[in-house]
This record gives sequence, C-alpha cells and structure tokens, in this order.
Amino acid sequence: MLKLDGISKTYRIGTFGGKELRAVNNISFDIAPGEVVSLIGESGSGKSTIGKMILRLISVTSGSILFEEVDIATLSRRQLRDYYRRVQGVFQDPFSSYNPIFKADRVFSIIKRVYFRHVPDDEWDAKLRSSLEAVGLNPPEVLDKYPHQLSGGQLQRLLIARALLLDIEVLVADEIISMLDASTRIDVLNLLAELKTRGLAILFITHDLSLGHYISEKAVILYRGAIAEMGTTDRVFNNPHHPYTQMLMRSVPHLDSRWEGKEAVAEGPEEGLLVPGCPYFARCPVSQRSQACKSAIPELLETEPGHFVACRRYADILSEPTPPA
Amino acid sequence: MGLRVENLRVYYQTLRGDVKALDGATFDLEDGEIMGLAGESGCGKTTLGNSLIRLGTRMKYIEGGVELDGVELPIWDHDKMDRFRYREVSMIPQYAMSALNPIRKIGKMTAELLASRGVAYRDVLPSLRDRLDLVELSTDVLKMYPIELSGGMKQRVVMVLSTLLDPSLLIADEITSALDVSTQRAVSEMLVEFREREYVKSLIFITHDVSILYQIADSIMVMYAGKLVEKAPTDTIIQEPRHPYTKMLISSLPQIGVKYTEKKLEGIPGQPPLLLEPPTGCRFRDRCPVAFDKCQEEPPFVEIASNHSSACWRTMEDHAQA
Repeated sequence: MLKLDGISKTYRIGTFGGKELRAVNNISFDIAPGEVVSLIGESGSGKSTIGKMILRLISVTSGSILFEEVDIATLSRRQLRDYYRRVQGVFQDPFSSYNPIFKADRVFSIIKRVYFRHVPDDEWDAKLRSSLEAVGLNPPEVLDKYPHQLSGGQLQRLLIARALLLDIEVLVADEIISMLDASTRIDVLNLLAELKTRGLAILFITHDLSLGHYISEKAVILYRGAIAEMGTTDRVFNNPHHPYTQMLMRSVPHLDSRWEGKEAVAEGPEEGLLVPGCPYFARCPVSQRSQACKSAIPELLETEPGHFVACRRYADILSEPTPPA
Repeated sequence: MGLRVENLRVYYQTLRGDVKALDGATFDLEDGEIMGLAGESGCGKTTLGNSLIRLGTRMKYIEGGVELDGVELPIWDHDKMDRFRYREVSMIPQYAMSALNPIRKIGKMTAELLASRGVAYRDVLPSLRDRLDLVELSTDVLKMYPIELSGGMKQRVVMVLSTLLDPSLLIADEITSALDVSTQRAVSEMLVEFREREYVKSLIFITHDVSILYQIADSIMVMYAGKLVEKAPTDTIIQEPRHPYTKMLISSLPQIGVKYTEKKLEGIPGQPPLLLEPPTGCRFRDRCPVAFDKCQEEPPFVEIASNHSSACWRTMEDHAQA
C-alpha cells in the first residue's frame, strides 16, 4: 500500500554548501495493510527523517514514496488533504504536540472543521467518544482539559484517537512509547497491536529493540541513513547477519541473561555520513572488513527468503557455487 | 561502613503546598555495593539522589538522617555539606552532556574544579590520564572545548571528572537514558569497572530501565509515589519479587523473544497518585489487584527475608504464614 522506492535525503553543509550530508540514503521497503514495520536505529540514523518524508513534512531529494501507486510528491493541495485523512503521524513528545494555551481537545475540533464540516454535532460527539474509548480513555476525564492537566500517556492516546477519527490506513508512530512510563507504555503498545488487527498499517519508529520485536512482523535496521539489515522480525532478531545488528543484539540488556565479555565504546567518527563507502566501516570489527568496504556502499543482498543485508561479506559467500553451511 | 539513610523526608515547595516527593526512606548501602534505584517518573528517585548531595532551591528538608562511613551528612545545610560534596559524595547528573562549561577547555575546567577543592591539577594528572584511558578517551580531550566532543564523549568526561577524588558514594542519575543501546552497555560496564578499581566505594544507579540494572547492580530498590516499595539483591527482585507493584512492573517489560501475538503483556491500570495530597495508607492501593482493608493503613518498610525488605501488608501476611 505504501511503498518507499529508493528515497534519499541529502543536505548541503559547510560554509558554501560544498559538502553533501546524506541523512537518508537509497531506502526501499513497503508496508502492507495490517502490517507493523519497525524502523530501528540510533539517534542520527535517519529514522525520523524517513517518517517525516512519508508525512510530506520534508521533501525527498531523490526516489519516490508511493501511496497506492501514486507518488505523494505530486499530490495537489486538495489531494494532500485527502492523503492526510488516510495517513497520519504521532510523535515522540506528546507535550509539544499541543498548544498549551488551548484545551487539549482542540485537536479534535480542528479536524472536525477541516474534514467533517457537515457532520452534525451530536453525531460527531458520539464518534469522538467511541474513538476515545477505543484508545482506552474515559471521555469525561480528558475532554475540556488543558494539556498540563493530563498525563503524557493520556496526551499520547488523545493523539492516536485523533488519528483514528480520520479512519486512517497508515500510521507513522515516531518513538511514541519512549516518553511514557513503564506501567503505561505497554498499554499504548497493545493498543497499536490491536489497531493492526483491524487493518491499520503502522510504521513503528523506535530505538528500542525489544519494543520493535514485541509488535512488528518486519524489522528494518538503519545505520547512518542506510538500511543495514531488513527482514521478518524473527529472522533479523534470531539470526542477525550484519555486524552492526549483531553488536546491537549483544548490547541489549535482557532480564534473563547477563552481558558476556566487554563491549567497546561504539562510536564512529561523524564523517560516516560523508565517506563514500560502507557507513559502518569505521566501527566494523577489523577481521570482517576489507578495503573494498571503504570505497563502495554495499548493496542490499537477499541471504535467505525475505532477509536482506547490506554487507560485502555476503556478496562473497553468495557468489560461491556451494555456500558454506 | 557504607551509607545509612534513616526516615528521610524531603518535600518540594510549590505555590499550592508541599509535594511529598520523598516521604520517609530508610535503607542501607554497603561498601562496594552497586544499588539500582528504579521507579516511574515522579516516584521520587531523583529527589532521593539529589537529597544525598545537594538540595535544590525548592527542596525542603523535613526530617531524617544520612550517615556516610560513620559520619553524619548535614544535608539540610548547603554550606556545611560543601565539605563532603565531590570529595565524599559525588554525582553524574541526568544531563551530563550539558554539565560542562562551554567556554573552557576540558583540562582548564578540570584544573579549576580541583582548585576549588584545594587540589593541584598536576598531582591528579597521572590518575586523570589513566581514567580517560579506561573510558576510551584520548588525553587530547583535555585540550578540547566541549563543543568538539560528541554527547557520549562528554558523558564519559563527566564520569571521569565526577569521580576524580575517589568519592565514597557516587550517584548516577539516568545517565544511560539518552544513549544508544551500544553506548549504554559500554558506559554501564565502565561504571562497574570504577567500582572494581575503587574509584568509588558504592554507587546508586538511578534509572527507569530495570533490565540495565539486572546487568550491573548488586541490589535493586524500587520506589513508588515517594515511598520505598522493595529492596533486595538483584536476582531476587527480578526472579522473585514480593511487592505487587514490583511484580507488575517487571512483568510489563517487553523483552526480546516476547511477541504480542504469542504473549500479550499487561500494563498497570490507573495512574500514580498526585503527591500534593497523597492518599493515606498504601499509595499503590488503588492500582493494586490484591489490596484489602488493612491497606488503608500505611504499610511499614520491613525486612521480610534476609536482605529483602518490602512495604506491603499482603506480603507480610504471606510471610507470617510461611
């Protein structure tokens, strides 16, 4: 339904814009109805940029984003309004999504004015109440209140309710769980999973691997703007191929096992975004990398059905007539 | 000797009255112990950490005592506390990345910091070099301005600076929250190394992320709404928690391996109470699935097994029966 076709975003930096910074580099994947795709990456990996490009909040430098085969960059103002009725985003910090001098439920009256002008008030009220209840909110507790009178979890759920009122088909959820407390975050996560069963497609942007694993069918691991690894969640988590994904899996704190050995500080130089080769080159364990990695960006290779990895090592393995077991 | 905290109460003053952010905490911390302090935002864990080193302007000491290595800490007196701050008790603040003076080179700033405590930079320099090496920073950072370092590097600089005089107690407040998983692991392991090398005797590691505590802490103390809920060795808290809040908190954590389609996790219904006028009795009562009449009285924080304390009437009852 939603298809990202080789999208990139580059920024000109330096005094005269002489250098190019590739925030997002040649990303392709798609999301089907009722599917949750986790977009996992650390800060600066370009995950939020991708979300914003899908919502057309920032433009695409090259490539295209297709919604039902139509490139969203070509949408007219009027078509865009319809697009937003079907594709919506919810962001990390619920407090900054509201104007503190207005009541929180103003987010609902705005969409009524834009999209549901002809719906009678009582019918609208009923619709509003049912969508609030669908996200687990008690309407009298949250209506007619200012943002500071509500908790982060409540504000976040109001935004999801707002998206639901539009009967959306795609939700871009950008780190919507990370500001919530442990006791309430799982409820919001379960809510998303339930919406999925009703056919909503969700792009779940997160840096938290366990949240991504809990909810999604497909996982896309980003590193410095490029896809490092992508595939069904089980394959990516249980059999990570890329040295970056492997390192991430080793670093995640578990509650049933302890870290083994020591992990070095994993910080590459900032130039990662500017060098021509593999973005992970500077951090890659030396035994696995070669000079070829430095000069060209590795292509995404399919190592097993539905499991893609961008690492040169697999190019060699796959090109051999009988791959090692 | 370690740390002894006795019935510590610290409130926040607001225009609408006192917020009872830390309402009676009693616990011990042994030498060499890394204690994780866990809880949701607003449970008082940062207030407890701050109380042990420096009360903010709106924080009001109500009662209670703090003893470190057998010496009473005058935490209610900002000036008297100065003698202990940095030398005996030190802290890595929540926003360590912005704790550095932007217009001083790291080395100059360190020298000024040491001078304010009457220590010569030259005497500390060899040890400073060793420690930078431990946190995988080159000594070149001493000649750099904070703006030249990444967030993670600044964090590690602050870790080294705050422990340079080998404090007895170090408080680390949510230092891993803003970091990526890989850096999170490295930083947590470095703090354990600080303890091994006796740069610090004991450590209070404040975080909302229980799974990190499982990796590095010797014991975990859980807080809820300004009160201590449970304290026990790490394995006990994770595998055999006794307080209903701890149980629900731990079972609500998504782990890799858990999928919604296979095992739906449950959150804790309801919201924590407002601490401006907290309810009487157990503060978790309204959200607790096993609450009963007795919970209208406040449960004491008592030892229910060796090294295992909890504040729950139900747990005490079970314990008495067992």
